Amino acid sequence: MRHVISLLLENEAGALSRVSNMFSARGYNIESLTVAATEDPSMSRMTIVSIGSDDIIEQITKQLNKLVEVVKVVDLSEAAYLERELMLIKVRATGKDREETKRMADIFRGRIVDVTESTYVIELTGSATKLDSFIEAIDKSLILETVRTGVSGIGRGDRILRI
Amino acid sequence: MVLTGAEIVIRCLQEEKVEYLFGYPGGAVLHIYDELFKQEKVRHVLVRHEQAAVHAADAYARSTEKVGCALVTSGPGVTNAVTGIATAYMDSIPVVILSGQVPTAYIGQDAFQEVDAVGVTRPCVKHNMLVKDVRDLAASIKKAFHIAATGRPGPVLVDIPKDVTAQKCEFAYPKSVAMRSYNPVVKGHSGQIKKAVQLLLEAKRPMVYAGGGVILSDAADKLTKFVKSLGFPITNTLMGLGGYPGTDKQSLGMPGMHGTYEANMAMQYSDVLIAIGARFDDRVIGDPAHFAQVARKIIHIDIDPSSISKRVKVDVPIVGNVGDVLDEMIKLLDATEERSDPDALATWWKQIDEWRARDCMKYKNSDEIIKPQYVIQKLWEVTKGDAFITSDVGQHQMWAAQYYKFDKPRRWLNSGGLGTMGVGMPYAMGCQFAHPGSPVACVTGEASIQMCIQELSTCKQYRLPIKIINLNNRYLGMVRQWQEFFHGNRYSESYMDSLPNFAKLAEAYGHVGLEVDKPGDVEGALREAFKRKTDLVFLDFKIDQTENVYPMVQGGKGLTEMILSSEDL
Repeated sequence: MRHVISLLLENEAGALSRVSNMFSARGYNIESLTVAATEDPSMSRMTIVSIGSDDIIEQITKQLNKLVEVVKVVDLSEAAYLERELMLIKVRATGKDREETKRMADIFRGRIVDVTESTYVIELTGSATKLDSFIEAIDKSLILETVRTGVSGIGRGDRILRI
Repeated sequence: MVLTGAEIVIRCLQEEKVEYLFGYPGGAVLHIYDELFKQEKVRHVLVRHEQAAVHAADAYARSTEKVGCALVTSGPGVTNAVTGIATAYMDSIPVVILSGQVPTAYIGQDAFQEVDAVGVTRPCVKHNMLVKDVRDLAASIKKAFHIAATGRPGPVLVDIPKDVTAQKCEFAYPKSVAMRSYNPVVKGHSGQIKKAVQLLLEAKRPMVYAGGGVILSDAADKLTKFVKSLGFPITNTLMGLGGYPGTDKQSLGMPGMHGTYEANMAMQYSDVLIAIGARFDDRVIGDPAHFAQVARKIIHIDIDPSSISKRVKVDVPIVGNVGDVLDEMIKLLDATEERSDPDALATWWKQIDEWRARDCMKYKNSDEIIKPQYVIQKLWEVTKGDAFITSDVGQHQMWAAQYYKFDKPRRWLNSGGLGTMGVGMPYAMGCQFAHPGSPVACVTGEASIQMCIQELSTCKQYRLPIKIINLNNRYLGMVRQWQEFFHGNRYSESYMDSLPNFAKLAEAYGHVGLEVDKPGDVEGALREAFKRKTDLVFLDFKIDQTENVYPMVQGGKGLTEMILSSEDL
């Protein structure tokens, strides 16, 4: 099962490698990992997407909690939550593909943020599956490069992760 | 008061009441060594290899309730220390390791004796840190001692660049540590504790399974009281030996791969199993799927939530310090008249006694050749079961664990988790420093002892009267045993050729060495060794080359699938 785990950790040198090291040392999988400072610059917020059985995910959250620099851990996917990922995708845009690609970007509520005679860069935000669907929807041979940020997640409503 | 970084290091160690600092000097730590020289409170012990420094500090911690401390230089000093650090980590031993680092301006430039100490040790420390500013030094060291000793203990490394030890700043030792990210639980959940006690009182076939957590939490007395008041059988793991008196009739001995028949059978067929500071590891329960075939309720007390439901599913998890949780449980038991059904308990004990009657620890003694089990039994008699025993890793370790009955905690020091050959002598050193005047014996083999043999020199320098019990079978015994059982007697690289004359080697280092090859001389040699209160005596016992450790649960097999003797092969 896919889980979105969110954590607060001290914004200190080495904290990220402690987290990633724990995953590789114990053989857990990371689908994506994003991290940046919060409104309080002494603290970072990290979102990790991992795939594993309930037992494994339970161990992952316990092992994360055990790291001295980790302040709080929550499995967002246990209840209502939102996830967003940003993708920048550069596509070949010539001839009839130019119009078709623009239309597809509109359908997915993407924005074209860079235009040349032969290319577009499309900015697209959404859940990971939405970004996957966009890639599926356009002609593969047009894709020049893609870059994705990985998932950021937040709980809905009163679910708040802070200290 | 304005002090240099090096002065601050020493002041911090004094504040932490560090008696002994085990270490080895080098370029990056010269300022610290200079300050060590100028004071007398912290006594430095010069080892002959950094691995031994960490092992000795680890043993100091294991045999006391204090934090051990080691000091090594940058680069190879740190990499040599890694085995020691990983050993302490696997057994959750509180040790603080101070390492020198190249000056901050050189970090990352592949400077002479530079290694990324924080990176290299990250997977085998509880925590580590690089101190880049002298103003953070005192707080970092305070934090290190705090983290090492609290919660589930473990090693903490503080990496200190050379320039930081020369810089000056105002020194004030923090009185306490407050960390928003680190607040280990102490007390267990009272509702869970009530539930556990109720379950125990309703049990028909109860079993107590106690591990190293009991020792680390200094809860042996509490455990004994708890088990006595319930009248339940108990098994103590390799790390938990001495947590309950090994000579008591309620003790079934050690469980696991080389555990007793009765302990393993009772673990498997219990209806309520309470695990106290133990972690159901592969050497204890074997195959978890086989263990799960029998339905039983499991209560698990552990300070580390990640140890709970890691390998087996637990019905009543209790996260907390073993000592505090046992206190609560004893209070609940004291407050109620209710006890387990005496008939059911009597039937259970009758069953256990039948298992016991298999006498799985029996072995065929000989008049011609020394049996290793016999040496350990005599060692137990001669020391009246009251010595500090360290061991290395292999067959001798298992024989020592099986045949030396530990009645007190912190008397048995071995590398249970990592299984580090070479720990025996450094462990005996750290233990002897912590307990001057007490008998300390290192049970070892001719292979393990050679992994840190250079420490005979340290023992001479500090006049450590350790007794070395070398069970010399000219084989890597445990490897040979597995090759005999599982690899068609193909003894690939497990024979030790060209061994030194250990007695003479010990003499060359200035100690007493004795060779013993007749069973009739074993007891006399041991008595002679322990009579020599001021000498290190190296007893080289030439033992039966083909002796194996029984019982045995083969790796990956179920707990009850035991090989009891050579007849089962």
